[in-house]
Amino acid sequence: MPRQATWAEEAVREAEAEGPHIGAEHRSREQQVLDRIDRARARRPRVKEPRITLAHGAGGKATHNLIDAIFLEAFRNPELEQMSDAASLQIAGARLAFTTDSYVVSPLFFPGGDIGDLAVNGTVNDLAMSGARPLVISAGFILEEGFPTDDLRRIVASMAAAAEVAGVQIVTGDTKVVQRGKGDGCYINTAGIGVRERPIELNAANARPGDVILVSGPIGDHGVTVMLARGELDIEADIVSDTAPLHDLAATLLDAVDGVRMMRDATRGGVATILNEVAVASQAAVVLDEAAVPVRPEVMGASELLGIDPLYVACEGRFVAVVDGTRADAALAALRSHPMGAEAAVIGRVVEDPPGLVLLKTTFGGTRIVDMLVGDPLPRIC
Amino acid sequence: MRFVDEFRDAEKARMLSTRIAALCEPGRRYKFMEVCGGHTHTIYKHGLEDYLPETVSLVHGPGCPVCVIPMGRLDDAIAIAEQPDVIMTTFGDMMRVPGGRGSFYDANAAGADIRMVYSPLDSLKIARTNPDKRVVFMAIGFETTAPSTAMTVLRAAAEGLENFSVFCNHVTIIPAIKAILDSPDLRLDGFIGPGHVSTVIGCRPYEFISREHRKPLVCAGFEPLDILQSVYMLMTQLAQGRAEVENQYARVVPYNGNPKALKVIGETMRLRPHFEWRGLGFIAQSALQINDRYERFDAEKIFDVPGVRVADPKACQCGEVLKGVLKPWECKVFGTACTPETPIGTCMVSSEGACAAYYNFGRFTRERVQEATRA
Repeated sequence: MPRQATWAEEAVREAEAEGPHIGAEHRSREQQVLDRIDRARARRPRVKEPRITLAHGAGGKATHNLIDAIFLEAFRNPELEQMSDAASLQIAGARLAFTTDSYVVSPLFFPGGDIGDLAVNGTVNDLAMSGARPLVISAGFILEEGFPTDDLRRIVASMAAAAEVAGVQIVTGDTKVVQRGKGDGCYINTAGIGVRERPIELNAANARPGDVILVSGPIGDHGVTVMLARGELDIEADIVSDTAPLHDLAATLLDAVDGVRMMRDATRGGVATILNEVAVASQAAVVLDEAAVPVRPEVMGASELLGIDPLYVACEGRFVAVVDGTRADAALAALRSHPMGAEAAVIGRVVEDPPGLVLLKTTFGGTRIVDMLVGDPLPRIC
Repeated sequence: MRFVDEFRDAEKARMLSTRIAALCEPGRRYKFMEVCGGHTHTIYKHGLEDYLPETVSLVHGPGCPVCVIPMGRLDDAIAIAEQPDVIMTTFGDMMRVPGGRGSFYDANAAGADIRMVYSPLDSLKIARTNPDKRVVFMAIGFETTAPSTAMTVLRAAAEGLENFSVFCNHVTIIPAIKAILDSPDLRLDGFIGPGHVSTVIGCRPYEFISREHRKPLVCAGFEPLDILQSVYMLMTQLAQGRAEVENQYARVVPYNGNPKALKVIGETMRLRPHFEWRGLGFIAQSALQINDRYERFDAEKIFDVPGVRVADPKACQCGEVLKGVLKPWECKVFGTACTPETPIGTCMVSSEGACAAYYNFGRFTRERVQEATRA
């Protein structure tokens, strides 16, 4: 007698308890199923797994569920509910942006950067994307027993250099050392404070039909560089990480055009994840033109080999901006006038229907969905 | 990018699309099965159905190696991984597949050491650098990946590695196609043949399909133009009243296969009397196991493997989807109880599974998005 998978039976019962949909008679049968799926997707997320898995940290749906169902549930307040990379605060008359981030990249050193400049740039970028001027950051180190002091010196030196470029100061910090085997050499946690001098509120919910989507440069360089630097793949390619501070480029864009709805640096989860957030938050659709998305041939080649989609690969020095469609040319010109935005491009637009979806017009000429990432971007096997 | 862009040329696609439409007999509906999950993935990823007339539909077949692994085999693998000093290794696609008691990710979170590798040779590397551990490679896949497993076993034997073994789940494609052809619920007009499998077995083993079942088969490559051209070739055969095995993927597939690859499989493996396929049940002589000569590398001989069958959840219709009887969205739990983040069925896990491909890429009706995507 075969055993039963009880967890699966339970999942089915729960879904069925949602009940049938009424009033859909005029829709095709397939459309009815799609409507039912939309309702299932709109349900409050829950974390059913009894333990944390790597998928919870991959930046896709599992991460969102974890944040929503566990952190937001416990800490709920209006600032946190914005779910942006930095909280927008008003304290004693000052308009501030406040952010935190942790860095656990492996390997610690990779072509084009290391965990140190990654930490500073990442924190600066989270502040810059809320329209703030980054001012000060903190640095907390969790070091593993046995970690080479010279490596730490190198990391700290690149942090200092990155801070100088970004015009921020590292004003407070913390150090902990854990036993050998309890950490991966060096983890860094940061926090950052910036001042919001512009009277604007950037938010994914601001996007509306007629807006255009811009990306500040070729995507996927960082993620592919780090994947190759791990040395597991025996692939060599001439790519370096794009890690860079984006505050100046962002300021250039904001100075040049009003009508910037939102900006977001395309880190974990890549451009695709950001655009899904835009589509859901604004209840509009995003239509991308695959041919217009800038991707370096080396990144494209590595992605093809690994069976991953550059749209989901992390960048550390690129951002996505949603801008009023009538200001598209000015926004593109502003980005391209800056050395870090020379390869910026308009990659898509916001339309009304179908709400909440990101669609891609492929170079081949077909149409498909670009969904939130599930789990790690795993290479395909054959 | 060279070797990619020329196979995704929208101009050529439009031309083929027009020709396919011209071959459609009025009032007739056409149904072709793409056997291989790699094709399913390509079809959805590039939006290929936009180029097909409404009367031509593609049905997804059983050729997704992850999808056909039954839950019980996964529980067996986890049982091996839970034994002392074991490092289990497998391809990335397997990590999220749910068994009766959860996935490899869950097993890892509970303390097992299951690692993702890109090649079985990477498992060998792990075995070499961890002499005090027992390293097991969970091998999955059709004839496409079996030669690399076979080579790894031969390499391990040559090196005298004693802490390496294979949990073999290799399956063979022909018995699965036979099962489809014998299934009474499905009327197919032809097959898009699995290109990668054919690089190993060649095209000859498919000849029974044209000879005994009078259906055409075109062995196809994995770029969108390859598939569109294969549909055109199938339509041409039907229009001319032919039913033959043709090779669209001649740039990679030799008609007689790869004798070296077949030889190493023969050297290290033998057919199992029968093997359970997810959704298709037991199929005779449809899978491979490590042969007696190399049994010291057979994890099923080394470890205590429970071998308990786990019934598919009643609501799960992976079997019907794998046979092409149901479209993914016709399954009762599709997209509600069964989603890529919490899959019930294997078709929802692998990127080559029909349900995952449809959910991730094709979850819209064409009429609805026509307006949105108009330039």
